[in-house]
Amino acid sequence: MATNYEDQHPNKAFGWAAHDSSGLLSPFPFSRRENGVDDVAVKILFCGVCHSDLHALKNEWGVTRYPLIPGHEVVGLVTKVGANVEKFKAGDRVGVGVIVGSCMKCEACNQDLENYCDKLIFTYNSVDWDGTNAFGGYSDSIVVHQRYVLRFPDNLPADKGAPLLCAGITVYSPMKYYGMTEPGKHLGVAGLGGLGHVAVKIGKAFGLKVTVISSSPGKEADAIDCLGADAFLPTSDPAKVQAAMGSIDYIIDTISAVHSLPLLLSLLKLNGKLVAVGLPNKPLDLPIFPLVLKRRLIGGSDFGGIKETEEMLEFCAKHGIAADVEVIKMDEINTALERLAKSDVKYRFVIDVANSVSPK
Amino acid sequence: MADAPEKEHPVEAYGYAARDSSGHLSPFKFSRRATGEKDVAFNITHCGICHSDLHFIKNEWGIAAYPVVPGHELVGIVTEVGSKVTKYKVGDRVGVGCLVGSCRSCTNCADDLENYCPGLILTYGSKNVDGTRTYGGYSNFMVCDEHFVVRIPDSMPSDGAAPLLCAGVTVYSPLRYYGLDKPGMHLGVVGLGGLGHMAVKFGKAMGLKVTVISTSPGKKSEAMERLGADAFLVSHDPEQMQGAVGTLDGIIDTVSAAHSLLPLVRLAKTNGKVILVGVPEKPFELHSFGIIMGRKMVGGSSIGGLKETQEMINFAAEHNITADIEVIPVDYVNTAMDRLQKADVKYRFVIDIANTLKP
Repeated sequence: MATNYEDQHPNKAFGWAAHDSSGLLSPFPFSRRENGVDDVAVKILFCGVCHSDLHALKNEWGVTRYPLIPGHEVVGLVTKVGANVEKFKAGDRVGVGVIVGSCMKCEACNQDLENYCDKLIFTYNSVDWDGTNAFGGYSDSIVVHQRYVLRFPDNLPADKGAPLLCAGITVYSPMKYYGMTEPGKHLGVAGLGGLGHVAVKIGKAFGLKVTVISSSPGKEADAIDCLGADAFLPTSDPAKVQAAMGSIDYIIDTISAVHSLPLLLSLLKLNGKLVAVGLPNKPLDLPIFPLVLKRRLIGGSDFGGIKETEEMLEFCAKHGIAADVEVIKMDEINTALERLAKSDVKYRFVIDVANSVSPK
Repeated sequence: MADAPEKEHPVEAYGYAARDSSGHLSPFKFSRRATGEKDVAFNITHCGICHSDLHFIKNEWGIAAYPVVPGHELVGIVTEVGSKVTKYKVGDRVGVGCLVGSCRSCTNCADDLENYCPGLILTYGSKNVDGTRTYGGYSNFMVCDEHFVVRIPDSMPSDGAAPLLCAGVTVYSPLRYYGLDKPGMHLGVVGLGGLGHMAVKFGKAMGLKVTVISTSPGKKSEAMERLGADAFLVSHDPEQMQGAVGTLDGIIDTVSAAHSLLPLVRLAKTNGKVILVGVPEKPFELHSFGIIMGRKMVGGSSIGGLKETQEMINFAAEHNITADIEVIPVDYVNTAMDRLQKADVKYRFVIDIANTLKP
């Protein structure tokens, strides 16, 4: 018998969901659980549209459970807190990011690295604590265990700040972990989309020289004039690539399409580091000589822990960093997703949930 | 027109060279420079056979210029030192590894990373500063700038020391650089050959738990009983590999044959490191998910600088580490290469130059 999502939980909720791998979203009445003693209930104000949402909607990774309400870049207002919650009170502005649960007792969780726990509950497309589907932020409300709710700084705008909850932490975390923050060093940002544009801003805030590396020469003006990058390297220009070889200390590779790792590796100095945060859906060729002969490394990184995400939000608030966004209404989401598939956005769509998501 | 090898330099020398990509080695007369003011000249007593020698003489990397006298694991006794040499004197036991020169002025050289100098001069197959070719250790003597010579401690036998000069430093350097040297860490060693067996010995000396990962089940008792590895995984046994997923802090991959990276990445713990020191010809496939989930990394490393090579030799001496070798006469060298091709050696051939290389 099909699940009745409206009656599953005691509190009515409303969102937009996809029901199959066409990924097309449509209005979807459902319900949220009542607050447990550790829970925080949030009225959602804004939700960023992450490229991962699109991958999940179309079941590109083969793991999607429909109906799917995506959205893991949520900013909202606390409406109610459970009896054990001390960190938040009603009226607080908070964020919810990529996860709403973890095991809380493994080595990773104990080191504030919940993102590397083996038993994660993702904000959407997971099985929640109570065995029901986790529904994400393209909805009017969400209920989250307090550990996974993030303080949202007062001086960070809710709409432009929402994408930091995934895009921001996804580039900030590896920059800290792999030691890519020494002022004066040279950072390359490969790919100029949601992740890439935030990486440029954060890189500049760390005092790095930043070069955007892109296959789209048309992005140069934006990269330099709007985002503050110091230089732009078009990968389609072999002479410029040649001239830039061995000149970069670190590269954040945000590119999700299949692309050339040897080209990027050749740009790195001795001991250079390339961090992969994009998720191409096919393996990439990794020739070994470029790694061995110049002792370079390629490392991965997967969003960030909760404490680290709050640290990142504070850092961004302090340095006036927020995403460049195009705010949309919920009923524009399918068009937005089509445009996102063509990278036609500067650089994140953000859904104005409070003003456009409600049962009519 | 270039001089014939015998006439290029003032001092006669002899050794074994390959003359074409068959890689067949045969007696070869050539010459070496006179001992310069910063040079150390030494009679070679032993030279290790590195798998790179085999790659090179068969021109597998496309860079060989024949004739090639291979050999970059040389040990010998000093016969003459230049007037400005301070570290060595006649009679000292010394070694030379993979490098005989570098630019000495770049930041890498200044940081004791001569192995990463863009102008590095390899012990064989490179161009010297004077434009002549470098000839390696399958020969009777060597002349080398003092900076690129290391001391062999008295306690260490020459034959067992020779392979340290390449195999030893090639695994020692990344264990230190990538921080895979803390007691209690769990290290995987992929491939049990010249490099791999040294990695097991160094790993154990550093207090690590060591698991050998190999395609050859027959190597298990060797690995565990003789070399002291704590565990052994057969890499094509899915159950064994599955059982070890997420257990290793680091993995040193010494294998040069084609193989897959993803199973090794899966063996690594969160924050784990896969270090490549073997150089397969074809690229790996990198599955981004594999390194993103668990924040793992894949890094490379190439031999080691001179300071580090001496540090490694001293560490080895302190911990009684030498290579496991099969000493051979020089006229066995072609058979040795055939056997090396099939990995049929435990674990390095070393040529007894002193007693078997005659003019």
